[in-house]
Amino acid sequence: MAQRDFFAFAETRGGELRRVALEALSAARAAADVSGGQVHAMLAGASGMAALAPRLGAHGADKVLVLEHAALANYNPEVLAATIAARLASGGYRGAFFSASAQGKDLAPRVAARSRVPLAADVTEYSIGAESVVAKHPGFTGKIVQTFTLRASPAILSLRPGAVLPKEQAKAGTVESLSTAVDPAAVRVRVTETVQGGGAKLDLGDAPVIVSGGRGLKEAANFKLVEDLAAAFGNAAVGATRAVTDDGWRPHSDQIGQTGRLVSPDLYIACGISGAIQHLAGMRTAKTIVAINKDKEAPIFKVADYGIVGDLFEILPALTAAVREARKGH
Amino acid sequence: MKIAVCIKRVPDMDVRFRIAASGTGVDESGLKFDISDFDGYAVEAALQIKERDGSGEIVAISLGPDVVQEILRKAMSMGVDRAVQLKHDAPVQDPYAIAGALAAELKDGGYDLVMFGRMSIDTANQSVGPMAAELLGLPCITAISKLEFAGSVVKARRELEGAYELVECALPAVVTIDEGIARPRYPSLKGIMSAKKKPLEVRSAQLGEQRLTLTKMALPPERPAGRIIGEGKDAVPELIRLLKEEAKVL
Repeated sequence: MAQRDFFAFAETRGGELRRVALEALSAARAAADVSGGQVHAMLAGASGMAALAPRLGAHGADKVLVLEHAALANYNPEVLAATIAARLASGGYRGAFFSASAQGKDLAPRVAARSRVPLAADVTEYSIGAESVVAKHPGFTGKIVQTFTLRASPAILSLRPGAVLPKEQAKAGTVESLSTAVDPAAVRVRVTETVQGGGAKLDLGDAPVIVSGGRGLKEAANFKLVEDLAAAFGNAAVGATRAVTDDGWRPHSDQIGQTGRLVSPDLYIACGISGAIQHLAGMRTAKTIVAINKDKEAPIFKVADYGIVGDLFEILPALTAAVREARKGH
Repeated sequence: MKIAVCIKRVPDMDVRFRIAASGTGVDESGLKFDISDFDGYAVEAALQIKERDGSGEIVAISLGPDVVQEILRKAMSMGVDRAVQLKHDAPVQDPYAIAGALAAELKDGGYDLVMFGRMSIDTANQSVGPMAAELLGLPCITAISKLEFAGSVVKARRELEGAYELVECALPAVVTIDEGIARPRYPSLKGIMSAKKKPLEVRSAQLGEQRLTLTKMALPPERPAGRIIGEGKDAVPELIRLLKEEAKVL
């Protein structure tokens, strides 16, 4: 039997759909449009998840598989991996898409191992053929693009956040209820608490714009200038270099770079960042890079589409005011 | 506690890599190799558990050609008790096949805790640890930034995007270690001397079929050369114009 359908895992946190959920779904939709198959998107949570189904329908889900259980209020890797693997084993799936988010990087390998297939992880580009999948995955801290060939069905891929743009494409989004494939009372790994850090700010992986600061800000309090610029955009998150998180100016989770977050926003604004290799590895795939630095020889200017040389303590307030003006009415 | 730490040999990343003539590897001439960063954190975390308990055994395991013995010796010079090389001379890329070979070695080892780095710093798939856990049928917590024990229960913290999770499971278990847990110690001279006498067993890696293969390695396309558009705050209007009209991001 031809396997033509595609599965997408719609990641949520705290009952809210994450942007990466729509990225995985849009990837599945594009693949199914080529294969002539259907897209099944899976939602999992404590209760009320079906309310999110129409958004998945609007982004290309023919069917929305809904798994609700009190044990799914927090991320539950064992229930999810078992239930997804059981669903994939039911046949018809040529591929399954996850996000290479923190959750997806935990879940996708578990699902793949249970399904006895390899995983193409953290993929930035791919093509799905009848016999094989070709997937690109940056490695070596972003310095080398590795191209893998995956020969297995279903082909399981996790997508680097930002690699696929969410796209609206209205489909039925018919809800089908799933039941857990293992007894939730018997799971061994328990997430006892999910703690949101730093209030309701946009996450680095979700934000189309990232404003990032480095040592050039001179001290932690001056990050206010970076935060103000991010606030002026209204859709921006704040990032930092390793030097700054190592010094405790910003939380470790804000670090962008080879050993921190790897981000690909539409717009990345580097403020007082020299552009060490370690940092460039985490942001060089941004679509547009702006750099503001007083040293015109700083390596960040080699990758910046638009650079401004000068004193960021003068430039940032002016830029913030100009962005606020430009964004009026948004 | 009997602990296994699975480690990988990787090149130093602070270089400009060249692609080997084969097109599927890096040119290794002049490269320095070491324990992959996160695997080093896992070794350190294991040593600290043993020091805290005042007893236990730590076994380092690495899959690869004979050169991996260098990193196994290094782990033993840090304080690991013994080592196992799962010998395989050709490069292996399929994390599922690697997980299978490791699981075959770990299965009857009687380990209370199996540790991995969160990911290798070179191929960066972040898959082998949780896959090995599934194949072993053990509970698994990945990308741990804080690790504590309450009796035989592992209590861990995992960093998420803009949040964190507190996670628990009972031993035996598999964990993968993020940075921030502990900086790996440097081997002492005494450690280096005693490592030479510690046991290093060599066995053939039981790799199954590889269905994920590396077919090409390439340097990423260069970004167009950077452009400085002006100096000081007078350049702000031009930047706004470019962001609106050229980049279309505002």
